[in-house]
Order: sequence, then C-alpha cells, then structure tokens
Amino acid sequence: MLGVVRQKMLGQSLPKIRPVVSVLRSYSSAAKQMTVRDSLNSALDEEMSADPKVFLMGEEVGEYQGAYKISKGLLEKYGPERVRDTPITEAGFAGIGVGAAYYGLKPVVEFMTFNFSMQAIDHIINSAAKSNYMSAGQMSVPIVFRGPNGAAAGVGAQHSQCYAAWYASCPGLKVLTPYSSEDARGLLKAAIRDPDPVVFLENELLYGESFPVSDEVLDSSFCLPIGKAKIERVGRDVTITAFSRMVGHALKAAEILEKDGIDAEVINLRSIRPLDRSTINASVRKTNRLVTVEEGFPQHGVGAEICASVVEESFAYLDAPVERIAGADIPMPYAANLERLAVPQVEDIVRAAKRACYRSVPLAAAA
Amino acid sequence: MAIWCRVSSRTIANANHMRKRMNQGFAVDVNRASGFSSASNRGRPLFSDGNRRHLNSLPWNRATLVWFQRFKSTLAEKQQDPFLSSDSDEDHQSLEFPGGKVSYTSEMNFISESSQTRVPCYRVLDDDGELIPDSHFQQVSEEVAVKMYSKMVSLQIMDTIFYEAQRQGRISFYLTSAGEEAINIASAAALSEQDIILPQYREPGVLLWRGFTLQEFADQCFGNKADYGKGRQMPIHYGSKKHNFFTISSPIATQLPQAAGIAYSLKMDNKKACVVSYIGDGGTSEGDFHAGLNFAAVMEAPVIFFCRNNGWAISTNVSEQFRSDGIVVKGRAYGIRSIRVDGNDALAVYTAVSAAREMAVNEHRPILIEALTYRVGHHSTSDDSTKYRKLDEIVYWKNARNPVNRFRNWVQSNGWWSEQQETQLRNRVRKQLLEAIQVAEKAEKPPLAEMFRDVYDYPPSNLEEQEKYLRETISRHPIDYPADIPV
Repeated sequence: MLGVVRQKMLGQSLPKIRPVVSVLRSYSSAAKQMTVRDSLNSALDEEMSADPKVFLMGEEVGEYQGAYKISKGLLEKYGPERVRDTPITEAGFAGIGVGAAYYGLKPVVEFMTFNFSMQAIDHIINSAAKSNYMSAGQMSVPIVFRGPNGAAAGVGAQHSQCYAAWYASCPGLKVLTPYSSEDARGLLKAAIRDPDPVVFLENELLYGESFPVSDEVLDSSFCLPIGKAKIERVGRDVTITAFSRMVGHALKAAEILEKDGIDAEVINLRSIRPLDRSTINASVRKTNRLVTVEEGFPQHGVGAEICASVVEESFAYLDAPVERIAGADIPMPYAANLERLAVPQVEDIVRAAKRACYRSVPLAAAA
Repeated sequence: MAIWCRVSSRTIANANHMRKRMNQGFAVDVNRASGFSSASNRGRPLFSDGNRRHLNSLPWNRATLVWFQRFKSTLAEKQQDPFLSSDSDEDHQSLEFPGGKVSYTSEMNFISESSQTRVPCYRVLDDDGELIPDSHFQQVSEEVAVKMYSKMVSLQIMDTIFYEAQRQGRISFYLTSAGEEAINIASAAALSEQDIILPQYREPGVLLWRGFTLQEFADQCFGNKADYGKGRQMPIHYGSKKHNFFTISSPIATQLPQAAGIAYSLKMDNKKACVVSYIGDGGTSEGDFHAGLNFAAVMEAPVIFFCRNNGWAISTNVSEQFRSDGIVVKGRAYGIRSIRVDGNDALAVYTAVSAAREMAVNEHRPILIEALTYRVGHHSTSDDSTKYRKLDEIVYWKNARNPVNRFRNWVQSNGWWSEQQETQLRNRVRKQLLEAIQVAEKAEKPPLAEMFRDVYDYPPSNLEEQEKYLRETISRHPIDYPADIPV
C-alpha cells in the first residue's frame, strides 16, 4: 500500500487519510482549520474586493447576513448596491441576475435552497445556459447561481431534493459540488471568475464542518480548475465516486472497508458538469470495480451517467457490475427514522463495495 | 392662520396627540416629514384604541389643533420612519403602518373592480392623420419624420415579402408586425443609440430604425453563415450587439426581469441611458411580468416597459387574458408611473417614449407605457387567425386604422412627402429586399466548426471529442450528410 499516510487532525474526531502523492500540493503540518461557511464567505469577500463587477443578490443575503450566514459582514463592507436583498421572487432575481450578466456585471445569485430554484429554472436553463450559444457569442452570461442543495435534516420533501443531475444534463451550464473548505474556496472563486453560467451546489450540513486548509488555499489568488475531480484517498481494490456530503460518507466507508482488507479509492467529483471522465476511468482501470454514491434520486442520476461513461470507455476493465448508491426513489419523508432510511448511509456504501468485490452475495441473488 | 374647522372626534384626537407631545416637552418640528415618531414610545403597540377614554379628559387648544390639521395635510406625500411606533395610539383615526400613514374609515367600502371610466388614451393625430387642435406633442423635424415614415413603409414591405417567402417554403417561419409599424418605428426614434433594447419578437422595426440592413434580416431568416446568430435560432430571432438589441428569446416575458437587471447595471455604471423592454398583452399574464415590474420599482431602475396591447395573444382575446382595464392600470399597483397611448399614432408614441425616457434616465424610475393597437396579421406563419376572429374586424383595422397611412397623411400635409416619393420608395425597398433574399438563399450555411462553439466560452474537452467523432463519421459516410454544409 504505497504512499498512504494516516494523520490525526487537530480537532477532528475522525482520522482523515491524506495521500502523500497529492495531485495538487503538500499540506503544511500545522494546517489551519476553516469551516465551509467561512471558506465561502472569504471567497465571496475576496472576489468582490478584487472585481467591482461582482455583486451578490438573494433573499436575506444583506441585513440578515445570509439565510445560513454565508454572506456575513458583506453588506457592511460593500454596501447595499453590491449586496442586494431581494423580494421573494426567485424568477425575478434570477432574471435580473441574467440581465445584469448580459450587460457585463458578474452577479452571484443565491437561492435559499436549490429547491426554490425551480421557480426560476426557466431563467437558468433557457436564458443563462443557452444565450451564449443562441446569440453566437454576443451575449455571454458570467453568472453564478449558488445555494444549499440536497438533503438537510428534517426538512421534508420540498427542501431536500438534490438537483445535481437536473442541472448537469443541460449544456451551457457548469455544475460544481464542493465538499471540503478547500473545495469551497477554490471552486467558488473559479466559478465567479468563469465567463460561463455556473450552478454552485453547496450543502447545508457541510456549512459548519471544519477542514484543514493550507496557506496556499488561504491565498486570495487560490483557484481550483473546473472539471477536475480529486482523489481523496488512493486505493487499489474498488473505486468509490461521490460528491458533496457523500464524500465524507465514502471516506468513512473506506475506513471500515480497510479493516476487511478492501482498499478503496475515493474520488471527490467536485465538478458534475463537466464530469472528469478521465480521472474516473483511469481509476476504474486500476481497481476494476466501481461504486457510485449520490444523495439524489436514482433514476437519471449522476451515478447513471458515470456508469454509462465507464461502460462505454472501460468495459473490458470491469470485473464486476457497477454498484449505484442513491437516495430512495421517494419524496423525502420528514420523520427522522424514515429520513435516515431514505438517504445513503455509510453502511450502504460499505455493503455495495463488498458486493462489488464479491465479498457478499449480489442483491439479485439475495432477493 | 385663522382657519377654524369643525370639531370632530378626529380633530379632538389629533389635538390630544399634540397636547400629549407638547406635555412631554417634545419639540415638534413642523418641517419634519414624518408623522409622530417618538423614541420614548418605541415599545408601545402601534395599533391601540385604548387611549380613546383620554379623549375628553385632556384640555386642548384650538389654535394648536387647527395648525396641526394643516400640518397633517401636507404630510401626504412624504413618509419616513414608518416603523417607529408613534404616540398615535390615541390617534385612532389613522394608522402608522410600514410604508406610510393609512387613515381609517368606518364605512366599509370595497374598491370597485373597475373604475367608472377607462383610462383615457393619449393621441395627437386623428384617424385621418390630421393633427388634433391643442394637442401636446413633441415636434419632429422633416428629416426625422421622413426617416420614420420610410422605415414604417420598409417594415411593411419586409413583412409582406418575408411572409410570402415562408409560404413559398424558402424560410421555415416568419412573424409580421402588421398594424404595429408606428409602435416599432416611433418608439425606436425617440430613443438614443445607447439605450438597450430587450424585445419580445414583434419589434424588428426597432432594429430597422437602428440601421440593421435588409440583407442582415434576410441572413438571419435563412440561417446562413453571414447570420450574426450563426444559424442557431429560428427566423425572426434577430440579435445585434452593436445595435444594442438583445437576441430575441422565445419564452415569453423573461426579458422583463432581465431588463430590470440591465437597467440596474446601467444605473450602477452612471450611464445616461435606459433600457426599453417590449411585451404583448398576453405576456403580461406571465409571472415574470410581476417579477420584472416589482423589482424595477423597488430597485429604482431606469427601464421603460412598453406593452403592445394588440388585442390578441394567438387566439386568446384580451377579455380572456385579464379582467383589468388593460395593462396601464397595473402600473400603479407596482408604484410605477404609467400612460396609455394610441399605438397607431406615430407622433403620440414618439412623444410618450421621449418623455418616458427623460423620466427613466433622470429620475431613475421605471415607466410603463401601454400602446393600444391591433394585430392585423396572423400571430405567425403557423397561424390562421380567421379561424378565431372575424375577417371584417381584420380588414377594418388594416384599412381604416392603418398607422402607416395615418402618419403619411400628416407628413404629406406638411409638404414633406409626395406620391412620387412613395412609389419610388416602395419600388426601391422591394427590389433591395428581393435581392437580399436571393443572396441570402444562395449563401453557404454556417460550417460544422460553429456547431460546438459558444456552448461555453471555451470549448471543453468533451465537446472537442464530439466534434472529432462527428467529423470522422462524416468522412467515413459522406453520403449520409448534406453535401452543401461546409465541414
């Protein structure tokens, strides 16, 4: 098992595994801790400071400091012209953001949750995504739509859907799903600087989580490339792909699997559109087994796309059918016990990985 | 100020209030626009009738009371600090409410669903194109008037010939602006080149005014390689960055909140320009109409919302579209200044848009203009409107209420136009247009290389791959692909 170093982080309850052969850079040993909330806040602050065209708009982003406090302090610092509280009209402020972007400003439009973006989805798809193409480059839309996506805790069906697959199916959009603080900072900065419309899917339950950040990440010019996945944990027996909160679950599952002698490689997708097919396929060609994990509904989900991509490009390398872990195919129930059953848990990922490794009976045979 | 008013319980209550405040030693600033905010009363409930019993117990001074009445009447327009609770718990005849003072009434009256008379329609030329005496309008010079008239004629001819071209199968789709030439040209003429246009789809005249050539129109309709849209859109979905005319987008009313956003950006940039966004009567039913107008008012954005009320939304008559008195009355609901104008009167439209532009740019406010007109043509080439409306109605508006004829009469009566010029113009435009169509039809279509461009600013690897595969497939099976598409 080459190059895997386990390190206990200060303040973390669980050990985090970090590859020594890092794709990007090495961490300093006394790394600072930063919550995802602070990462997003600092990224917004720095980008607004660097470019006067960037402005923030959404419900409660100003006076209330942000529904989830992501925009804390920004109204005070930049004033109401650049941090705009809006009336409750998603279609309205999404449309206004698109208009402002057509003109040349760089709006960051916040949806209180992406569930509410449904009321504005025409502006996102028919205007933001397609305008550059339909106008042959005359109308570009450098806009970022951001906000929490996916399940929180006990918020019911209309506040818990994951929209990664919906937006990622539309050409013209870029769809990003940060997991750690480093992801949050780097990807939000990249999104704001990008001239194309970006849908930036955060996760409410991750806002309060702390992750180590190096000096490089804290630098104001730090930026992550869009379209590159990150290998969070190098392994050689099975590839587990995940995004957003599920990355944490996948890493925990990898811990458990290790005790059983299964060395899992965990890929943090970071970018759903464009999807980093080459990293995923390279990993599957190495491990020969694949488990995809997502919070959203299974049909036409991200896992389905990854499975298709691997079957198209690396079929001969697969030693087992692809396992797909997704949320239950039902609107999210409210009761805590039911909710727990409707969202992927660590144990589900562990069982799927074992099935992929033929360490347990396949689902079909067990039925 | 020796004006005595009848003492009613209301004035007593007001005097009470005055007395109380003076007793508190609170200096009342006559010039202060607000009602009666008092820091010491912040904790008290806003709406309380409990103080009524104090009414007769406190002494009051008539002079103060009267002065107070006058003071109150001048407060009508300006309201500040509406959130601070006031002493007027005792002043139970009116209410300090967020947004301003609201007076009470003990008569239960529902505001009627419609007013007695409809909002009048501003016009300057009568049906025959004669100037109505004593009308207010903005004078146009001979040069501008002749240009306006020529463009209206060009638009008419363009519509006729392109419509025919679609019928002949040469283009796939077309939609005319027949009957709305005055709206198209006169509104454009009143604007500056820097004003940004967000059209719906029945305003090609605005582009025509700004200098889009007949060839450029034809190229877009044929989707050839000279098309600025690179063959990506249906016919009539024109767009031109250099003319500040945003590419037409099919979903209805999405341009309204976008217009508010652009106007807001113009304001942030301190530009002396505004945005003009067009919408039809049907489009005002969309949610985006509400969103756009509401936001524009709240953000104080310099945008003109121009509604072409032409009576029909495909087959839906306005009586089935809304039950309000048209669109103009909706302006007040959003706090937006509005006007109803005769859309077939070019001078009236010109004047109204000029005035609206002044207000929008200098006062940073949105304006709503409702132009009454009639959609003489079918909705588009996919429609046959005789199926849902009477032919006589169409013919009447086409002939008796024709905006082009009306304006011509006025221009001619000023001695600025003649029959001879008319014939020459029509022949010239017709000839140019037919040539443009021939050229556009023969021109090459956009090359394959353009198919994958502009999805993103810079093509990502998956699109480059797709293009590569497509080219390989074409070279392996050339018979399956049209020979006239350049690769």
